[in-house]
Amino acid sequence: MFKNIKSTKTLVKKSLTIFLLAMTAVMFSSVAMSVQSLRGDSALDSKANKAGKHKIDTVEGGIERNFELQPPMIPHTIDKYRISLKGNGCMKCHSEKAYKKEKAPKVGDSHYVTRDGKTLKTISSRRYFCTQCHAPQTKDNPLVDNVYEGI
Amino acid sequence: MGLFSKEGTFKVLFFGFVLGVIFWGGFNTAMEATNQEAFCISCHEMETNVYEEYTDTIHYSNRTGVRATCPDCHVPKEWIHKIIRKIQASNEIYHKLLGTIDTREKFEAKRLQLAQNEWKRMLGTDSRECRNCHDFDSMDFDKQESRSSDRHEEAIDNGWTCIECHKGIAHQLPAGYDPADDTPGVEEEETDD
Repeated sequence: MFKNIKSTKTLVKKSLTIFLLAMTAVMFSSVAMSVQSLRGDSALDSKANKAGKHKIDTVEGGIERNFELQPPMIPHTIDKYRISLKGNGCMKCHSEKAYKKEKAPKVGDSHYVTRDGKTLKTISSRRYFCTQCHAPQTKDNPLVDNVYEGI
Repeated sequence: MGLFSKEGTFKVLFFGFVLGVIFWGGFNTAMEATNQEAFCISCHEMETNVYEEYTDTIHYSNRTGVRATCPDCHVPKEWIHKIIRKIQASNEIYHKLLGTIDTREKFEAKRLQLAQNEWKRMLGTDSRECRNCHDFDSMDFDKQESRSSDRHEEAIDNGWTCIECHKGIAHQLPAGYDPADDTPGVEEEETDD
């Protein structure tokens, strides 16, 4: 009887160890499968997956707004224009000085107002980074149907 | 004695001709060697400033793979204009030795002046180097965006030249310079559409 209990104990111990080991293995493998970094499932020492090709759309006359107060979207490519401490490439055409010559839409009046309500002659620094709100559009087909109805 | 004989004259002419070919060929080869991009960016002043910026632009990388390298825009193609520009460039060697722009800060401080020198040169030649590739006569205005073709037709009518509008296209603009200030154009009244 005594001997029997001892052997049962070892058996339980053994099966417990095996069970735990199996659980750890399952856990690790499921972690490896479910967690994926932004660069995809490619190994660290291999090249990342190629990003898709997206061509920027050019729309003459601009893109219609979808809702009130929407920042107008950019209907042309912007890769030539830089926004940096030294200068803002967008303002080459859209500034108060240039928009008439270039027949481009002028930057909205609200963009000349500082946070203290003062109206400046040039664009306010809090509106300096155009692409924070205004974005160009690509020619891609939407992955799902969009049923949103704008204004 | 032999020099003034008939045979001597022939010898002098012959060797003179051969030496002439060698020297002239050598001179032009050496000049062409200074007309390579690799030569231009062998100075860090060029490589870390203007070249670095140029690699971001359309003249470096574009849809059709046609590239304009440094000398395509900055050195004239015709021999006489090229040699004049090369002689002027000796001033650049002098300032290289002085280290006038040997740091980014020094370069940025001098940038407006340097840019204006080049703009003046291009204005003076009616943007000759641009027009080696870009010609109004070979532009298809139907293939341009309407804004571009409108502006180009305006430029033809008024005799404007490329550099007047297209500044800072292959390198960054100098700090504090606003292109809107001296871009030519007619101020038209706003139309609501």
